[in-house]
Amino acid sequence: MATAVQATVERENYLNHDYSLKSWLLTRDHKRIAILYLISITAMFFVGGFFAMLIRLELLTPAGDLVSSDTYNKLFTMHGIVMVFFFLIPSVPAVIGNFVIPLMVGARDLAFPRINLLSWYLYMIGATFALVSMIWGGVDTGWTFYTPFSSSYSNTHVVGSALGIFITGFSSIFTGLNFIVTIHRMRAPGLTWSRLPLFCWSNYAASLIMVLGTPVIAITLLLVALERLFHIGVFNPALGGDPILFQHLFWFYSHPAVYIMILPGMGVISEVVTCFSRKRVFGYEFVALASIAIAVLGFLVWAHHMFVAGISVYAALVFSLLSYLVAIPSAVKVFNWTATLYKGSVRYDTPMLYAFGFIGLFTIGGLTGVFLASLGIDVHVTDTYFVVAHFHYVMVGGMVLAYLAGLHFWWPKMTGKLYPEGWAKLSALLVFVGFNLTFFPQFIVGYLGMPRRYHAYPPEFQVLNVLSTAGASVLAVGYVLPMIYFMWSLRYGEDAGPNPWHAVGLEWMTPSPPPTHNFDETPVVTWEAYDYEHQAEIDEEVAVGH
Amino acid sequence: MWKNLPLFPDQASSIAYQVDGLYAFLVVVSAFFTVLIFALVFLFAVKYRKAAHPKPQQIEGSLPLELTWTLIPLGISMIFFAWGALIYFQEARPPRGAMEIYGVGKQWMWKFEHETGQREINSLHVPLGRDIRVILSSQDVIHSFYVPAFRVKADALPGRYTSTWFRPTKVGTYHLFCAEYCGTEHSGMIGEVVVMEPAAYQSWLAAGGASATMASNGKELFTQLGCATCHRSDTQGRGPNLAGLFGKSVQLSDGRIVKVDENYVRESIVNPQAKVVAGFQPIMPTFQGQVTEESLGALVSYVKSLSQPQQNAQGGGPLQTAAASTSN
Repeated sequence: MATAVQATVERENYLNHDYSLKSWLLTRDHKRIAILYLISITAMFFVGGFFAMLIRLELLTPAGDLVSSDTYNKLFTMHGIVMVFFFLIPSVPAVIGNFVIPLMVGARDLAFPRINLLSWYLYMIGATFALVSMIWGGVDTGWTFYTPFSSSYSNTHVVGSALGIFITGFSSIFTGLNFIVTIHRMRAPGLTWSRLPLFCWSNYAASLIMVLGTPVIAITLLLVALERLFHIGVFNPALGGDPILFQHLFWFYSHPAVYIMILPGMGVISEVVTCFSRKRVFGYEFVALASIAIAVLGFLVWAHHMFVAGISVYAALVFSLLSYLVAIPSAVKVFNWTATLYKGSVRYDTPMLYAFGFIGLFTIGGLTGVFLASLGIDVHVTDTYFVVAHFHYVMVGGMVLAYLAGLHFWWPKMTGKLYPEGWAKLSALLVFVGFNLTFFPQFIVGYLGMPRRYHAYPPEFQVLNVLSTAGASVLAVGYVLPMIYFMWSLRYGEDAGPNPWHAVGLEWMTPSPPPTHNFDETPVVTWEAYDYEHQAEIDEEVAVGH
Repeated sequence: MWKNLPLFPDQASSIAYQVDGLYAFLVVVSAFFTVLIFALVFLFAVKYRKAAHPKPQQIEGSLPLELTWTLIPLGISMIFFAWGALIYFQEARPPRGAMEIYGVGKQWMWKFEHETGQREINSLHVPLGRDIRVILSSQDVIHSFYVPAFRVKADALPGRYTSTWFRPTKVGTYHLFCAEYCGTEHSGMIGEVVVMEPAAYQSWLAAGGASATMASNGKELFTQLGCATCHRSDTQGRGPNLAGLFGKSVQLSDGRIVKVDENYVRESIVNPQAKVVAGFQPIMPTFQGQVTEESLGALVSYVKSLSQPQQNAQGGGPLQTAAASTSN
C-alpha cells in the first residue's frame, strides 16, 4: 500500500500538470471547474452567512434596534437570494457532481466540457450582478419577489438582482443538460442503469428539474422586470395584471427547486451510508425510483405555498393531496438508508457522522412539511417562523449537511489529502447541535404566531429568539472549522491514497487526485453498485486491468 | 407561570380548538416516527459497529418491507389530509348570518369598517360568540390578515376581495399581524383584536358615533356617481336592476353563468366590460381610480343590502373560500 501511495504522489494529476492562471480560467476539465465552483460558492456561502448573522443579532431583542427596518428587509432578502440561488442550487451538483459524476460513470469528462466552463462563467456573471446590486444598495423584496411589491412598489435594486438570478439560471440549465447527456451516453461498458451509483440517479432527477423548471423562473423574473421598467401590466392589478399569477409562476419553479437542492444531497447520503456500513443499499430500485418520483411529483405541488393567497378551495384540496404524495418517496428513502445500516459493519468516520445528522434532521424537516401540507394547519402556520424552521431543517439540516458529508467524503479524492479527523468530527457535532438549537425554537415561536420577515416582534417571543441566536453562533463555529482544516490539509494533510475509505465505485479506482484524463484505461464494470461483498475480487479485477 | 416563555398560543376562536387537535395528533405521530428513526439509526449504528460486527451481511432489500413503509405512511398521511381538509372547508364557509366587517390593508396599517359605519385603524372590536366574516382587500401590495389566537389567516389582495371568518370564544385582546411581507414597516403593520361581551360591544359601537351605515353611505355614492341613472329599480334601465340580485346567478352575454358575489360586483364597477349580463350593452364606463377602496366597500355593501328583506338582516355569505376568489 505504501509504495502505491508513493507512486500516486509522483504522477501527474489534474492539479499539478499546469499551474498557470490561464490553465484554470480556460480549463475544460470537469474537476478543475468543480474546484472553481467550490471556491465561488464557498465565498457566496459566507456572504449569505454574514447576512444571517446580522439577522440573528437583530432578533436578539424585540425592538428593531440594531439596523433600520429597510436594512433588515434587505438582509433577509439577500440572505435568501444568495443562499438559495448562489449556494444551495449549485452546491452538490456543480461542485461534487461536476467532480465525481464523470469519474463514477468511468468517463473522461462531462459530455460538453466547454458548456461546463460556460456554465461557471454564467454563474460568476450572475453572482456579480447580484453582488453589485447589493453593494449599490441591495434589494428588499424577499427572495420570493412577490408582486406587486417587487414590480411596482419597492424602491430597491430589483431588476439587477433579478437579472443576476436570471443569468445564473442558465448556468444551472447547462449543468443539468451536461449531467443528463453524460449519464445517458457516457457510462463505461457494463455500467447499466441498474448498476449506476445512486448519486448519479439523484443528480439525474435533479437535472430534469433544472432543465424543465429553470426557464419558468427566468420568464417570470423577466416579466417582473418588464412590469417594473415599462409598466406592462402582468402582475399589478392597477395595470390590469394578476398578482396571484406571479405566485403560480414563481412556485412552479421554486417548489421543484427545493428538490433540485435536496435530491443531489440524498445521492450523497446513499453513497456515504453504504460505504461506511460496508453494505449494499437496501432496496436499490426503490431508492433510485424514489428520486424520479420526487422529481415528477415535485412539479405538481406548487400551489401549497398559496393556501391562504386566494386560490379556490378545490384547487387547495388537490394540491394538499399531491403534497402528501410527494412526501412518500422521501420517507421511503429514509427507511431504506436506516435499513442499510442493519447488519452492516458501521464505521463512524466524519462523512458518516454528517450522514447520521442528515437522516435525523431531514426526518424532522420532512415530517414538519407534512404539517404544512395539511390545509387546516397551514392556514395558521404559513408565513410564520414554523415555515422558516421547516425549510431550514430541509435545506440546511438536510442539504448543507449532505454537502458537508460529500465534501468530507470526496475531499481526499479531490485533493489527495486527508483532513484531521478529530477536528472534523468536532465540526459535525457542532453543526448538529448548533443547528437544532437555532431552528427548533423557531417551530415553537412559529406556532405561537410570530410571522416571518419581522424586524421587530412582541416581547413574549424573545426567549425563543435568544435561544435561536445562541444556536446560530454555535452553528457558525461549526461551519468555519471545516474551512480552516480543509485549507490546512492542503499543505499539511497526510496523503490519502486512491481509496482511503476502501469504497467501491469507479471514482476510487483511479489515483487521488485523479489524472486529467481520469482513467488510464476505460474501466469495464461487471459488478452491482455498492457490491462490498465482492470488494476483494473487484479490486483484483481492476488491478489486473491496469 | 410561563409569562416569558409561552409555548402554546391562546385559543380564542371556535376553530382554534380544532386546529390544535389536529396539530396535537400530528405532533404525536411525527414524534413517534422521529423517535423510531433516531432509535433505529442509533441501535444499528451501535450494534453493528465495526468492532462488534466486522463482517457485514449483505441484504438486497425486501419487497414486503418496502410496501410496508410506503403504504403505512401513505395511509397515515391520508388521515392528515382529510382532517386538514375538513377544517379548511369549515374555514372556507362562513355560517349564515355572520356579521360582516370590511378590512383594508395598506402600507402599513389595517383599516376596518363595521356594517354600522364605525371605522377603526389597527384595532378590531368584535363581540364574543358571534360569527364574524372579515372581507379583505388591499390598497397597494399584498398583505395578510393574521390573528394567531384565532388560527385564521387570509391574504388581502389588491384588486379583489378575499375573506375569512371566526367565532371568538374568549374575551380578551389578541395580536393582529400582517403575515405577508409588504415593505419597510411590515413588522409595524400590527394591531389588536379586542373580543368584548356583546353588551360591551354594543356600547362601544354606540360610542363610536358613526353617522351612517356602510350601506347608506353606499346608497349615497350610488346616487352621486350616477349609477342610479341606468341601474333603475324597474326593468326600463340600461343596466340590470340590482334589487334582489346579490347572491343570485346571472347569465352573461357570452353565455357563461356567474354568481353575483362581492368580487363580481367589485369587478363590474372597476372593469364593467369584463362580464356583461346577457341582454345589456357594454356601455358602462369604468370607475377604476374614481372610487377608493372604502367607497367600493360601501357600494358593495349597498348592492348587498338591496337583496335583504329587512334593513338590518345579514344575508348569509355565499360559499366562499377562506380567501375566496371567484372572479377569475
